[in-house]
Amino acid sequence: KIRAAQQNAALSTTEKLAPYEHVTGYNNFYEFGLGKNDPRAYAQDFKTDPWSVEISGEVHRPGTYQLEDILKGVDLEERIYRLRCVEAWSMVIPWVGFSLASLIKRFEPTGNARYVEFTTLHDPKQMPGQRSRFGTIDWPYVEGLRMDEAMHPLTLLAVGVYGDALPPQNGAPLRLVVPWKYGFKSIKSIVKIRFTEQMPVNSWQRTAPREYGFYANVNPAVDHPRWSQATERRLPSSLFSPNIIDTQPFNGYADQVADLYSGMDLRKWY
Amino acid sequence: MVLSLNALHRHPWGRWLFWALMFGGSLLPLGWITLQAVQQQLGADPAQVIVTFLGIWALRFLWVSLAVTPLRRLPGMSWVMRYRRMLGLYALFYASLHLLAVATFILGWRPDLLLRELTERPYIIVGFTAWVLLLPLALTSTKGWQRRLGKRWKQLHALVYPASLLVMLHFAWLIRAGYLEVLIYALILAFLLGYRLYLKLR
Repeated sequence: KIRAAQQNAALSTTEKLAPYEHVTGYNNFYEFGLGKNDPRAYAQDFKTDPWSVEISGEVHRPGTYQLEDILKGVDLEERIYRLRCVEAWSMVIPWVGFSLASLIKRFEPTGNARYVEFTTLHDPKQMPGQRSRFGTIDWPYVEGLRMDEAMHPLTLLAVGVYGDALPPQNGAPLRLVVPWKYGFKSIKSIVKIRFTEQMPVNSWQRTAPREYGFYANVNPAVDHPRWSQATERRLPSSLFSPNIIDTQPFNGYADQVADLYSGMDLRKWY
Repeated sequence: MVLSLNALHRHPWGRWLFWALMFGGSLLPLGWITLQAVQQQLGADPAQVIVTFLGIWALRFLWVSLAVTPLRRLPGMSWVMRYRRMLGLYALFYASLHLLAVATFILGWRPDLLLRELTERPYIIVGFTAWVLLLPLALTSTKGWQRRLGKRWKQLHALVYPASLLVMLHFAWLIRAGYLEVLIYALILAFLLGYRLYLKLR
C-alpha cells in the first residue's frame, strides 16, 4: 500500500525489533480507550481516506493540503527507532516516513515561526475515548516542537510501519515520531500543523503541568514525580527475566541532539 | 433464595458445599490469569497485565470483606458472616501475589530497583504500608487469637479501615488519563466506611 522504501541505515538502530503484533497491538492512543489493547480493538473502522492537513500560522503558504499532495515529492524511507514511553517501557520500531524538515520547507515558514504545533483529529463519533466524560485530557490532543527540533534530521513524519501503511491504532495516516523524546510527543493522526511565535501548550502539560513539560526529552536523571525514569523495560519482556535496561540520555540520541539544548537546565525544562 | 442459603448452612453437607464453592470461586481469578500467562495471551507486556490484575483483585476482595458488615444485616443474609475471614485472607493473598509479581516480573529482584521503588515512590510506599497493616490481621484471624485477644481483637482489626484508605490512595495515585474506574471503587468504599460511621453515630 505504500511505496517501497529504502532503509536509512545511518539513522537506524540495529537493536532487535519488537514484533509487529506488539507494535500494533500494544500502545497508547487514548482517543480509542485507556487500555493498551483498546486502540487495536476500537480503531479498525477509523476513516483515514480522504485526509487533509491544515497548515496555518506564521507561514507563507498556508492552506488545506490533501494527504496525496503532501506525499507527492517526498522520499519515503525506513528508519528503525527506539521508542521510549514515559511509562518506562520501550520498543524498537521500523517506521516508514519522511523527514518533517522537508515538508516544513515547502510551506515556507516566516521569520516569526519559532514553534510548530500539531493537532490530532477531533471526532468523538469515530473516537470513543473522546466521548468519555471521565477523562483528564481536553480534546483534541495537541503537541508541539521548537522549530530547530522540528527541523532536525531525526524528526520523522511516519506514514507506515514494518514496510506497510500505518494501521489506524498507530496513528494513521500521518503521525510524528521524535525518537529522543518520550512517546507522547509523537502525536498521531495529525490534521493541523500551525507555526507560532509562542510556545504551544501540549495536552499532557495542560493536564498535569507538574508531571509533563513541553520538552519531554528522555532523561534518566529526571524522574517522573510518580516513578523513576532511570531504567526501562524493553518490550517484549519475559516474565522471569524481565528485560530491564538503563535509560539513555535523549534515548540514546544524545550525539545527534544534545547540542539543541546546550546551556539549558534540563531539570527545569523537563 | 437468600433464605434458603441460610438454611443450607444448617446442614453439614450444605456448609461444606458452600465453603468449597466460596473457596474455589475465590481462586478463579488466579487460575484465569495463570492460564492466560501460560498460553501467552497477555500481549507485549505480560508483567504489567499480571501486576494490575492481581492488584485489582486484592482490592476487590478487601472491599467484599468490608461489605460483609452491611450485607449480614439484610434479611436472610446472616450466612455471609461465615466467610468474612476467608474473604479477608484472600485479599491479603492477592495483595501478596501482587507484591511478588512486582518484585519478580517488573523489578527482577534487582536490589537497587527494589530499594528505589520502596523508598522513593509515594504510591508504592502507601500500597506497601497497606499490605503491612493487613499482616497482623491475617495472623490473628484464628478463633484462638480471637479468644486470646478478647476485646482488643476488634480494636486491632479496625486496622482494616486505614488499610483500605491507603489501598484507595495507592489506586488513585496511578491515574493517568481516566478516573471512572477509580471513582466507582472510591464511591463503594465511601459507602462501606460511611455505613459504619452511621452505625456508630446514630
